[in-house]
Amino acid sequence: MSDVLIEVKHLNFYYGSVKVLKDINLNVEKNNITALIGPSGCGKTTFLRCFNRMHDLYKGNRYEGEILLNGENLLKTQDLIALRSKVGMVFQKPTPFPMSIFDNVAYGLKLKGIKKKSEVEDIVERSLMQAALWDEVKDKLSSPATSLSGGQQQRLVIARALAVEPDIILFDEPTSALDPIATAKIEELLTHLKDITTILIVTHNMQQAARVSEYTAFMFQGELIEFDRTEKIFTNPREELTEKYITGRFG
Amino acid sequence: MDSSVYLKDKLFRRLGLFSSLTIIIICILMFVVLFIYSYPAIKQFGVVHFILSDTWNPVKKVFGGASAIYGTITTTLLALFFAIPLSVGIAIFITQLCPEKLKSYFSNAIELLASIPSIIYGMWGLFTLAPIMRIYVEPLLQKIFLPIPYVRYLFTGTPLGIDLLTAGVVLSIMIIPFITSIARDTFELVPKELKESAYAMGATKWEMIKDVILPYSRVGVLSGIIIAAGRALGETMAVAFVLGNDHNIHLSLLKSSTTISVTLANEFTEADFRLYISSLFYLAFILFIMSFTALGIAKFFLGKMRK
Amino acid sequence: MRIEKKRKIKNYIALSLATLTAIIGLFWLVFILTSILIKGLSAINLSLFLNDPAPPGIPGGGLRCAFIGQLIITILACIIGVPIGVLGGTFLAEYGRNNKLSGLVSALADMMTSFPSIVVGVFVYTLVVRPMGHFSGYAGALALAIIMIPIILRTTEETLKLIPWELREAAFALGAPYYLVIKDVVYRGAATGLFTGIMLSIARVAVETAPLLFTSFNNSFLTLNPNQPMPSLTVTIYQYAMGPYPDWHRLAWGASFVIVIFVLLFNIAGRFFIKKRLKK
Repeated sequence: MSDVLIEVKHLNFYYGSVKVLKDINLNVEKNNITALIGPSGCGKTTFLRCFNRMHDLYKGNRYEGEILLNGENLLKTQDLIALRSKVGMVFQKPTPFPMSIFDNVAYGLKLKGIKKKSEVEDIVERSLMQAALWDEVKDKLSSPATSLSGGQQQRLVIARALAVEPDIILFDEPTSALDPIATAKIEELLTHLKDITTILIVTHNMQQAARVSEYTAFMFQGELIEFDRTEKIFTNPREELTEKYITGRFG
Repeated sequence: MDSSVYLKDKLFRRLGLFSSLTIIIICILMFVVLFIYSYPAIKQFGVVHFILSDTWNPVKKVFGGASAIYGTITTTLLALFFAIPLSVGIAIFITQLCPEKLKSYFSNAIELLASIPSIIYGMWGLFTLAPIMRIYVEPLLQKIFLPIPYVRYLFTGTPLGIDLLTAGVVLSIMIIPFITSIARDTFELVPKELKESAYAMGATKWEMIKDVILPYSRVGVLSGIIIAAGRALGETMAVAFVLGNDHNIHLSLLKSSTTISVTLANEFTEADFRLYISSLFYLAFILFIMSFTALGIAKFFLGKMRK
Repeated sequence: MRIEKKRKIKNYIALSLATLTAIIGLFWLVFILTSILIKGLSAINLSLFLNDPAPPGIPGGGLRCAFIGQLIITILACIIGVPIGVLGGTFLAEYGRNNKLSGLVSALADMMTSFPSIVVGVFVYTLVVRPMGHFSGYAGALALAIIMIPIILRTTEETLKLIPWELREAAFALGAPYYLVIKDVVYRGAATGLFTGIMLSIARVAVETAPLLFTSFNNSFLTLNPNQPMPSLTVTIYQYAMGPYPDWHRLAWGASFVIVIFVLLFNIAGRFFIKKRLKK
């Protein structure tokens, strides 16, 4: 059960000349949920965005070290398009594209050049089922995605990421823009999803990390303070800083 | 507080109110005056008949607006045909490709096109562009398109440079800044997360533009296009120099034509009897309605988008 | 893998095309400006500014009367248009903020800025020229003023709305009546922006041609009386460029050169002021 999917080795990251991630080492286990927690500004989102090289969109950013995905250093790869089809991402706010529900889910397939109608339809249906959205949208697949509620949109975006069968999906505070009921649905969904993929999730909500994840990493000021099994972090942390944070006696 | 302060405040407020109301008064008055002066021609020629008849004959005292309306719409459509791809391309360049430092310079340069007065476009069109069209561009177009069935009818005739095509090109340059600036503004409104999530799916920059930015900003770009169309419909001087004043409808883009505004510019001070003048007012009235409708629709879309 | 390569090539082609459109846009600008400036420069000499037009076909002569006529018409238009525009814009941004009527006026004014200017010429013809029985500088000025009002009104409204509301509240709190708040706080804070906006609007309207065709008309003699037909640079360019004499064409080029320089100077100065304001 403990296959390592991703190894992060001595990762440093710079915005211009400012070093914002400092020597991070961490392993992401396959078919598990790994949560990144820490106070805002600690670098957890910056760290997450290294895995699909999102920082490359903006100027003046620099990586050092290695992130090995299946043994290959993704920080060195030139082919970002191929990388990003293996590493999915779900954002804070739902990001349905301005197209129909069906086309949203099929978007990654279209990019990959999968055109056969029956195949596309099968995958869209499967992905929507995996994202627990199928029953709610099966009769209105051609309506615009923006007509869905916020929680539905977020599950749609998850289905869109699932359709291309990524090795891992990155979640950047996926429930922070949702109401409690929609949040509960997404959390339940996450625990099911680890059977088919691997999840790395940034959350500002410690209870969420405790509820859904197997592993938790606590970050502070760009450093990885502690990384361990979730129950260990939340019951018996090694570091004083971690304990302070999870017990709310921080700052 | 003494009462003179209240009085002064009231006075200032009233002045402001009346000044802003002049806008409404001008619009209403313009409508009424144009209608009253067109009335003899409306009564004589009717609405449908005037719009569909292409006879414009001061000697026989028979007037129809079809040729001017045809020229107005054709030059506008030609201008849009050239300007839309260019403007959208320029807006894409400014928002997605241009180095940050050059962005404002480049935007300003394109906007400068809107500051050049139409009389200058006219001079340039007549003395610089028209000869180039006549000697190089139009013979080349004829070489390419004359052998093609049906399409050939758009390119028959002797290339003169003073024609619908040249007018369309000049107009297209004039409206580029209008479409570009609205397209640029709406492209900038696309949420960052939406663009990032397209990249996160492995989309290339072009795929992100095509699948996220363009569909997301349709309404904005569309209203920019309509505003530009409204501008092109009523443009006078730039077109008057390069279109000639021919009240016959030709299918060929290489033939002279006229527009409502060009007819007004050429004939208004020469019209010497009541029905002639009234017919010119009728044309002006039609132009008023056309522009008002186009600009109103654009305004409506923009208002909807802001919400 | 082949599909990825195809996508990358498509991406490259599309982005190159977008860059190409940008180059074409810039090309038009440079092409128009340089051809006017080059052809116009050779027509520039002192007599262009100091002499009145010679009779048709006879070489020499200048456009003194047109320069002066243009100036008079523009100044008269400003006298009518600027106060109404500024006061109206002030009302929309201050007293009438958030009321429905202001929204309507603002929307109409916005539409009027893109309105066919020749229709305004026709309109003023019926209002002034016809009742008076002759063309006049006054009529031309009124036509330009009608075009100017909505532009200045919108500029004023937008500029005043940029002044933070709290600043007004602070002045109200001192017990100042609204008109003094506007005069001492709002106008003062927006001074540079207002000035720039008004200057750019004037520059834009001053070079209009179509509204003058049936209002101030033209005249080849010097006149200082706005109650007579008045020559203007723009109408003169139109008439001379369409005329048959090479000497007329030369004068039209000279006038075009002056207009382009005028427009460029105003735009550069405007940008400069706006930049300075943003830096503050």
